[in-house]
Amino acid sequence: MNNSIGNEMYTLHINGQDRPVKDAWVGESLLYVLRERLELPGAKGACEQGECGSCTVIMDGDAVCSCLVMAATAVGADIVTVEGLIENDPSMAVTAQTITSQITDVQQAFIEEGGVQCGFCTPGLIVAVHHLLEKNPEPTELQVKESISGNICRCTGYGRIFAAVEAVVQVRKASR
Amino acid sequence: MSTVKQDTRHRDILGTSALRPDGVAKVTGAFSFSSDMWAENMLWGATLRSPHPYARIISIDTTAALLISGVSAVITAQDVPGKATYGLISADQPVFASDFVRYMGEPIAAVAADHPETCRRALAAIIVNYEVLTPVVDPELAMLATTEQIHPDGNLIRHQHILHGEAHITSDITVEGNYTIGMQDQAFLGLEAAMAFPDSGGNGVELHIATQWLHEDRGQIAACLNLPEDSVRVVLGGVGGAFGAREDISLQVHCCLLALRTGRPIKMQYSREESFFGHVHRHPAKIWMKHHATKEGKIVKVESRMVFDGGAYTSTSPAVLINGITHTQGPYQCDNAVVDGYAVRTNNPPCGAMRGFGVVQACFAHESQMDKLAHACGLSPVEVRLINAMHTGDKLITGQVMESVAPVERCIRETDLIPLPAPLALDANVLEFPGGSGRTADRHNIVRGIGWGVSMKNLMYSEGFDDYATARCTLSNGIASLKFATSEVGQGFVTLAPQIARSVLGVDDVVLETSDTQIGSAGSTSASRQTWMSGGAVDGACRLVRERLFEHVGRLHNIDPIRLMIEHTDVIDTIGTFRISVTQATQGITLSETFEHHHRKTEDLDENGQGNCHVAFAFVAHRAVVDVDIELGLVKVVQVATAQDVGRVLNPLSALGQLEGGIAQGLGLAVMEEIILDNGRVKNPSFTDYLLPTALDAPHVVAIMIEEPEPQAPLGAKGIGEPPCISVTPAIVAAIRAATGKALSRVPVRPQDICL
Amino acid sequence: MTVAVPLSLAEAFDELSRTPDARLIQGGTDLMVEINFNHVKPANVIALRRIKELRTWHVNSNNTITIGSGVPYQEMETGQLKELLPALAEAARTVGSPQIRAAGTLGGNLGTCSPAGDGLPVLFALDAIVHLQSLESSRDLSIHDFMLGVKRNARTANEIITGVTVPVLDGWQGYAKVGVRNAMVISVASACLAVDKKSNSVRIALGAVGPTIIRCRDAESWLVQQFDLSIATSIDPAIALEFGRRVALESKPIDDHRSTADYRRHAVGVLAKRLITRAYPS
Ligand SMILES: Cc1cc2nc3c(=O)[nH]c(=O)nc-3n(C[C@H](O)[C@H](O)[C@H](O)COP(=O)(O)OP(=O)(O)OC[C@H]3O[C@@H](n4cnc5c(N)ncnc54)[C@H](O)[C@@H]3O)c2cc1C
Ligand code: FES
Ligand code: FES
Repeated sequence: MNNSIGNEMYTLHINGQDRPVKDAWVGESLLYVLRERLELPGAKGACEQGECGSCTVIMDGDAVCSCLVMAATAVGADIVTVEGLIENDPSMAVTAQTITSQITDVQQAFIEEGGVQCGFCTPGLIVAVHHLLEKNPEPTELQVKESISGNICRCTGYGRIFAAVEAVVQVRKASR
Repeated sequence: MSTVKQDTRHRDILGTSALRPDGVAKVTGAFSFSSDMWAENMLWGATLRSPHPYARIISIDTTAALLISGVSAVITAQDVPGKATYGLISADQPVFASDFVRYMGEPIAAVAADHPETCRRALAAIIVNYEVLTPVVDPELAMLATTEQIHPDGNLIRHQHILHGEAHITSDITVEGNYTIGMQDQAFLGLEAAMAFPDSGGNGVELHIATQWLHEDRGQIAACLNLPEDSVRVVLGGVGGAFGAREDISLQVHCCLLALRTGRPIKMQYSREESFFGHVHRHPAKIWMKHHATKEGKIVKVESRMVFDGGAYTSTSPAVLINGITHTQGPYQCDNAVVDGYAVRTNNPPCGAMRGFGVVQACFAHESQMDKLAHACGLSPVEVRLINAMHTGDKLITGQVMESVAPVERCIRETDLIPLPAPLALDANVLEFPGGSGRTADRHNIVRGIGWGVSMKNLMYSEGFDDYATARCTLSNGIASLKFATSEVGQGFVTLAPQIARSVLGVDDVVLETSDTQIGSAGSTSASRQTWMSGGAVDGACRLVRERLFEHVGRLHNIDPIRLMIEHTDVIDTIGTFRISVTQATQGITLSETFEHHHRKTEDLDENGQGNCHVAFAFVAHRAVVDVDIELGLVKVVQVATAQDVGRVLNPLSALGQLEGGIAQGLGLAVMEEIILDNGRVKNPSFTDYLLPTALDAPHVVAIMIEEPEPQAPLGAKGIGEPPCISVTPAIVAAIRAATGKALSRVPVRPQDICL
Repeated sequence: MTVAVPLSLAEAFDELSRTPDARLIQGGTDLMVEINFNHVKPANVIALRRIKELRTWHVNSNNTITIGSGVPYQEMETGQLKELLPALAEAARTVGSPQIRAAGTLGGNLGTCSPAGDGLPVLFALDAIVHLQSLESSRDLSIHDFMLGVKRNARTANEIITGVTVPVLDGWQGYAKVGVRNAMVISVASACLAVDKKSNSVRIALGAVGPTIIRCRDAESWLVQQFDLSIATSIDPAIALEFGRRVALESKPIDDHRSTADYRRHAVGVLAKRLITRAYPS
């Protein structure tokens, strides 16, 4: 999109690809650039102040709020969005349970355990849970709660989300 | 964590935990929410809002804004071609303020530009001169004739009196109290967003919008745009939660006006801060309530005075008020009542629909009263509620007879049977303590409390409103397709509708067509009504198609259609051996039927508040267990046990999701969620200061669903969306009272209310 | 308009001398909120996130630790940093959410200098030294001289905060923060208490109850007169209570939308009592 206020040019490394950004305004967050410039609308914005986690992406191995990353400063970082999880997820091999082979075990569990209602928090939670299970394959209930305490869900009350994480942990454990 | 019995699902018919058809799209990020839309050549729209709660507008100068490079349009009240105001019940809210602004955040102008930042700069360049006025913020004062009337229609939106039985009767025991309910926000995650596409020629517009009620939006938009309704096509954009906040118009008219003005697609989306100003909230209320009872604890009379602060414009205040006062008695028998309710305009933010719709406020008061009554009579909270529990056939304080299934006693007893949680372990992790990650408490600072709440909630719209729903079913080649204008906001109607079609028609493949205004209204996704109403419409349409199918098969195979029925996926002859699969039977033909479901008629209340104003009711009991750090006033809700009257469970998994989600919202109102006002100014329009429950605040929920099918309901199922969030709030507060001995007459309970 | 992403401090100073008005950004968890909320419109930005020197920490020979301004909170929550600086670990763990702790830093906490900043009471209790560097010079400033008021500090526009140095003390230390939610909440009132047996001293610093972090010097010196901190293992509950009362007296809280002055004053008293009791269980 052309516009009258920006001329930043830079390239981001997202989901394994170099993605050039043109004519951007400096103040744009990574969330904005992903959604409005790079056709990656998977990360959602519900607060733009780090309080909801809907915009969670992986940046250099950490789960961060993309709304708080100034996009132009993210050059040189390795960024994975919800759109990039499917190819990047090593656990894809063990998703015999999946209805469609297109989605990860975490994604499948969210659907099967009722962790999705309106779904606005879901992509951020999916990224956060993938990240958690990569760092800590067998988290306790409390560790799960703490690690997703930055992801607000207004619809579910979290019960089915905890159930989904638990289901993934059990399946992964059994297949190890 | 509750667990759901997962039936082995052979076919995703009614009663199974069928999975969401939009699930894959939602977990992969591919689902298109209304904020995800993008169009070639589009512009961004943004709104200029009043910084003052009350002011006279002296002048608006948009010249500088129009000169900014990248700005395509700036519009104000002068640019509204049709009706200058809108509103759900009375059209008193201006599209853009032109003479007065009556609340902080009221829209004054809108701009269209090439980038959100350009929009922000344009907004900053619009010069508005105000004469700042002293806001009227206290509804008690606002009601007085001597107070400045902030609106041509006056400040009193509605007063309703209820007189039932004997006004002056009293009894052995009286208990009374004054209760305050704070302003809660729906705080859906998916912010207001829309995209408007102008028709070439500018004689019409297509709006993709996250809304609860497409047809109502269309009517209000068309009137403001001065276009015939069929020139305004409203299409449901993906909705990220609603909870009442999408029932009123927010950016709809602005977005369409900008599209028509610029001839280009316009994308508008609110920020979180703007969202706090852009939609209505739950009414703050002040309630005085007095119960007269025998010394055995039987309620003889209830008296109450309720004042609901409607904020600057009417929205649904009159209906919220009626819901509040007609639920004064709660789920209890009561033969005598004197109630007065007032909904009042002030210069506070406008209030309207939110999950629970007036009943939340009344319930906090009546449940607090029930505990006072129990205490006065030496009864337990459970005993006093059982003694008074309402039954089918009882007369309500409106004179209406309770015709719904009313398993109040069962809700209470079954909740009571749910095991209490284990005591807080001596070595429990600090994250489980009140105060959580702040590490404020040590184990010995914590006291446990248990509290109860029970509620009654009306279902569907009231007072003579015919909120019917429409659906069309088309069956061809073994595939059913369903068309309706029902808003899917997350509640799961898109899962339920195919379940209905599969059950009725014996098909497996069900296609959902776009939800838009190209079919009759579905009514709003609110008032716990869509399963009943749109579910009833889908069921009705499918049944009509099934009749046509039987006629068709009967004719071809020479069988009286009356003998045919569906078994699994086949049409069979009940008294013969004939059998044909639905797929085969519908090869090459198309059967299509449209059905409108209307609920039974209701009536207005008379001047004594008497009349059959409600359609039906649902009940629920909640028992909360809390841990309290009394010295610091911090609370952790440990467990919520609940038994809910659901009629019939149509999808166990989504039903449980409604219960758990509602409980979390009720918890929010009990201990943390409040829009804080200072002389009409919102002090906390952000998620940093408007706190929502996190995963570490969520209680362990143990839920039981009581299935006593409701004969009035098309599928036997009652609405289940609102009840979960109503009585959990008083249950939590009662538990805090039990732990602390404090009176706690306001929600949310703040730390200082407990410890100072 | 430029956005620079230097890979070393030297490069960063070059950039800073070229664009003296540039805003520095580290984790972005404060600055991006300001930008998203339309409060700040930066023209030039220097991002420090890729400067390795700022993202390391080390133990010095004099039993102090220097932590780079770019070390994210999540690194302070565990491991050796947690062992040596438990109060910092506890404070770090209360900051926002895991996503915020993966990005947010002490440099940013100091740069913002909000009285509610959770890193600051720890730095005040430990009498931290703040390291500031510019192209020409560098200076070390006591934290007490660094924080000047609500969101005001002694840093000049050409300086970069490179890190802080804090002592490893011999004694119990901890942090507690009151918020109305069990996670992800900005402080309503907080306190950091650290005992140093070697010097028979106690330090208590309060957050969110005054324009700056408040060190309760009177309460501290009163307490050391009550018992010998270097040998005691428990505290008389009456002394703990009185300590709390004295701490509360030194706070200067205000009413705002997050809480009331009365509650905050009360809360810091309770926190002080509890923290000293954790140090010396009664
Ligand atoms: C959702 C959320 C929750 C939060 N919760 C908490 C909380 O619980 N407790 C808390 O204390 N804070 C909290 N914060 C605030 C914030 O995370 C912290 O203040 C954090 O320490 C900021 O670090 P940063 O690196 O992200 O700062 P940045 O945003 O990068 O910078 C902040 C300021 O410091 C300046 N700055 C940064 N680095 C340097 C440097 N090296 N030299 C000079 N100036 C510099 C910047 O110019 C800017 O003015 C929260 C923020 C969010 C968004
Ligand atoms: S949008 Fe980034 S955390 Fe809410
Ligand atoms: S499913 Fe709606 S916010 Fe989580």
